[in-house]
Amino acid sequence: MDEVYDVMIIGAGAAGLTAGIYASRAKLSTLILNEGAIGGQMVLTDEIANYPGVPATKGYMLANTMKQQAKSFGCTLKSNVRITSYHLEGKIKQVKLEDGRSFQSKTVILTPGGKPRSLNIPGEEQFKGTGISYCATCDGDFFTGKEVVVVGGGNSALEEAVALTNYASKVTIVHQFAHFQAFKHAVEEATNNPKIHFIMESELRGFYGNGVLQQVEIEHLPTGQRTALKTDGTFIFVGYQPNTGSLKGQVNMNEQNEIVVDAAMKTSIDGVFAAGDCIAKKYRQVTTAVAEGTIAALGAAEYLRN
Amino acid sequence: MKLLQTNLHEIETAVELEKMISENANVMVCCGRMGPMCLPVYDVMEELEEERSGIKFAVMAFDNPEAAVIRNAPECRGFMGLPFTMYYKDGKVAHATSSIQNMQQVTSILDKQFAAKIG
Repeated sequence: MDEVYDVMIIGAGAAGLTAGIYASRAKLSTLILNEGAIGGQMVLTDEIANYPGVPATKGYMLANTMKQQAKSFGCTLKSNVRITSYHLEGKIKQVKLEDGRSFQSKTVILTPGGKPRSLNIPGEEQFKGTGISYCATCDGDFFTGKEVVVVGGGNSALEEAVALTNYASKVTIVHQFAHFQAFKHAVEEATNNPKIHFIMESELRGFYGNGVLQQVEIEHLPTGQRTALKTDGTFIFVGYQPNTGSLKGQVNMNEQNEIVVDAAMKTSIDGVFAAGDCIAKKYRQVTTAVAEGTIAALGAAEYLRN
Repeated sequence: MKLLQTNLHEIETAVELEKMISENANVMVCCGRMGPMCLPVYDVMEELEEERSGIKFAVMAFDNPEAAVIRNAPECRGFMGLPFTMYYKDGKVAHATSSIQNMQQVTSILDKQFAAKIG
């Protein structure tokens, strides 16, 4: 008969890895199943400078340390899996994978995290890697001396736009509102940069080019007028969405598809907890995910004891 | 000198790459940095290396001057996103991709370019 784990964790970002560390260190048999890259949003962060007790470090290094910690306590980690179904009700929970394998556990901690939003407009998939990028740190130097567009109005968009001015000759920020959501200091830094230009109250409608991206179509929202803008590249930073699509109908979620939990990270199902970027909350930081992962693991341990 | 901290074999010279391609029918080489778009691809390759013994998996540092053989390959013309991932079949480039790829995308290419699920 298949092993029944004490704790099964779905996702290996900061919350999932922390829950794995706490659960396995408590001598609970612990399995982490991960659909994407281990480390979640941490891996997508170039530098993490505000994680207490750790000097400024690369996101992937912090993620790797957490992964090694979890493994050192006996946690089993299976990454790059594709989950096809959940059975979360009852005393024994079950998860089935696309390759036919299935895993059982007495408790589940949901930490699927979030994923970058895409624009879902024509040409986006076609020009990924040939003009469209989601990482200025990674791909900025391909655009040295070139003109690029940045889409978004939050902290990431404005900070990355400023970073891109180290390479690009001109950066045009396209944002759907008349104001920015970013913090004041980020807005000031961007607006004071002579290389950065702004097209407000506008959205991209399509990407065009011959082999590589050469042009974007922009719609001015108040008037509906569409114009073409020549560009060598476009960087997209329009936020994240919770990775909870496959959990719909299982646990209670809010209108934004975020999992609703109580202060103990309990979901609407007994023995099922959730933590990290997938839950309904205001602040999304590595530190908050770590704290929630801890609470969820301790809650799972208590549930098992009772 | 090795520049990438992965569990995959790191190719350090163009000669070594040429040797690997000539001695192995199926080779996948990911040319990148220790960055957010590259790490997930290395992660996928590490997983696949355990499952697919008929394919040689390796990485090469994008900033290694010797990696010009990949950076300047005709198949990579127009690429503007790390990593550059090359698939070699019988000594020739069979496919190349730019930017991040997930497990499904990589396995789909392997299955198509390297004929059936090897290994």
